[in-house]
Amino acid sequence: MSRHTLSVLVEDKPGVLARVASLFSRRGFNIESLAVGPTEVPEVSRMTIVVNVEGAILEQVTKQLNKLINVLKIVELDKDASVQREIMLVKVKADLESRSHILETVQLFRAKVVDVATDAVTIEATGAHDKLDALLRVLEPFGIKELVKSGLVAVGRGPRSITDRSVRSLDRSA
Amino acid sequence: MSEQITGAQSLVHALEAAGVTDVFGIPGGAILPLYDPLFDSTIRHILVRHEQAGGHAAEGYAAASGRVGVCLATSGPGATNLVTPIADAHMDSVPMVAITGQVPSSSIGTDAFQEADIRGITMPITKHNYLVTNADDIPRAIAEAFYLASSGRPGPVLVDVSKDALQALTTFDWPTSVNLPGYHPVTKPHSKQIREAAKMILASKQPVLYVGGGTIRANASESLRQLADITGIPVVTTLMARGVFPDSHPLNLGMPGMHGTVAAVGALQKSDLLITLGARFDDRVTGRLSTFAPNAAVIHADIDPAEIGKNRVADIPIVGDLAEIIPELVAAIKVEQAAGAVGEYEGWWAQLNRLRTTYPLGYDLPEDGTLSPQYVIERLGDISGPDSIYAAGVGQHQMWAAQFVKYEKPRTWLNSGGLGTMGYSVPAAMGAKVAMPDTTVWAIDGDGCFQMTNQELATCTINEIPIKVALINNSSLGMVRQWQTLFYNSRYSNTDLHSHRFPDFVKLAEAYGCYGLQCDSAEQVDATIEKALSMNDAPVVIDFIVHRDAMVWPMVAAGASNDELMVARSMAPEWGSDD
Repeated sequence: MSRHTLSVLVEDKPGVLARVASLFSRRGFNIESLAVGPTEVPEVSRMTIVVNVEGAILEQVTKQLNKLINVLKIVELDKDASVQREIMLVKVKADLESRSHILETVQLFRAKVVDVATDAVTIEATGAHDKLDALLRVLEPFGIKELVKSGLVAVGRGPRSITDRSVRSLDRSA
Repeated sequence: MSEQITGAQSLVHALEAAGVTDVFGIPGGAILPLYDPLFDSTIRHILVRHEQAGGHAAEGYAAASGRVGVCLATSGPGATNLVTPIADAHMDSVPMVAITGQVPSSSIGTDAFQEADIRGITMPITKHNYLVTNADDIPRAIAEAFYLASSGRPGPVLVDVSKDALQALTTFDWPTSVNLPGYHPVTKPHSKQIREAAKMILASKQPVLYVGGGTIRANASESLRQLADITGIPVVTTLMARGVFPDSHPLNLGMPGMHGTVAAVGALQKSDLLITLGARFDDRVTGRLSTFAPNAAVIHADIDPAEIGKNRVADIPIVGDLAEIIPELVAAIKVEQAAGAVGEYEGWWAQLNRLRTTYPLGYDLPEDGTLSPQYVIERLGDISGPDSIYAAGVGQHQMWAAQFVKYEKPRTWLNSGGLGTMGYSVPAAMGAKVAMPDTTVWAIDGDGCFQMTNQELATCTINEIPIKVALINNSSLGMVRQWQTLFYNSRYSNTDLHSHRFPDFVKLAEAYGCYGLQCDSAEQVDATIEKALSMNDAPVVIDFIVHRDAMVWPMVAAGASNDELMVARSMAPEWGSDD
């Protein structure tokens, strides 16, 4: 089993997220995270799906996704050849004594404090999976009151864009 | 400036433009606006008695003719009753368009009367589906639905249309092309793979053409025959492929799988090369996958890339339309042959012929003199012949119909192979008869299956669709009973249907306006079948009272290896040496 990041370009049509989610559930593939949002092309959305599977299963995931009519393109983004980011908001217990330690940690990780209350601070951190995990481990002893993470989003390094061809085909057919 | 019409009128125009001539359905509140203009259309609407049967009728229509089958239902329960045939069509790649009414768009999501999220429900069992809430979108959705259903790997497409979209004013504009940027089925195979496959085929010593239902969907039976003839390679036809290659052809080893012939199962197991055409390594063919054809390399040709490598790794994957792949393969093999590469399969055939002659399909006649179900089905096939269409239900009678009717042509054998839907037979036969009115169409059904959908006899009588039903009445859920005999110490929990007593199928047939015949002895079988064949002004039901302990053999137990095939209870075949 290994972690794979798939960038999936889909037509921005009603129900497309349900189709993708239903496919994963029906075929017994486990989604580790899924993030969806608009792209530079108005009618195209992009899903970033992280799956933890072996190679043969990954091939099935990709082929089954490709069968969905609203799926335009699937690209696996290699960890080393892409920029991968998650955002995390974490609310940590903070009294007078611990607050300075927490702020120090925040600085070390190049995170930032986005809200302060008398007995808690909320920290925003962005980064790859491993960095956020490391930050969480350090914050844990202070007492985590609430944690929320976005799914991973990722983009390939270099000048090329995965939307190029799909966009052209949309233009041609318009 | 186009004329203003209602969405419902637009939908009828769209169906006409798509070439639809027959639809099966039942009206209801949400779809009522459609039924009004349908009343004036040239499209023949057949009012069925249950939506499930409308769906299976559309499937039978499509499977027999190759045209897209169409069924209609209203919202809520009408739509959910279509779920089984839609799932069935999805499993067996049947081109079908299901059109459902939906509650008005302003009510969607409010748990309105007869509201069901049929688009959400059918997402995993359709090739694609639509919810249309704007009348202007109707022609495009219908055009896309028919294109999707019939192209690439065929399958069911559902179009759910809200009542207000049917009622709103719009103009009819039939799209000249479809715009589906995410849908590009590959039809033309890669020529390099074709050449490699040709080389591998001629270099192999023990090849088998493992032929699936995809060859029927692709209308590839003629070129398949050429491929077999120029190579002399043995052919096995799966349950879904029966008829695509003539049973009378000497290269045909019959059906592989759980109830396959010894020769077909043995050929796959001992093969060094599976030439897989439109088949999907279903568990009913492979048995325990890890022990299936252990020494075989695999050429896998299919229009659906997701089937390749799904269950079995392919050494040479070929994605494309079999109607293009097989002729190209034939051409490439001819080139190789001209260059001197001739496949030599004599030793292979010697092995297979030994299996074929030692273990032909057969059955024992019941000792108590009661009627043998296999005998009935065998005689039916012999008398009615290979020009007839046979639609089976699911269970023992289905397997016997696959084994003992001799098929010579594609699209003459209809059954529910993937989903295994009891109740498929009568409505599918009805749909097939509508598509092929000049062909004799038999429903070979069990007494369990028949009681799930026999209400459609009324539809058949009233609409003058004279199908013939051969009811193999063993008074049991026979296949389940067989498993109870073999695996549950003959404890027959809830498999006795008492249908030798109730209902009286002859009276039931007559109540529906059909001819009802009964037969309980071997001496009467031929005469009864011939009598049924002479009755063409109404449907006929023959109640064949058969022995209940007959079992389907050969058999590979579920989950067992194909090597553990039994030709009869506790009787394994002698496979022989591998040389």
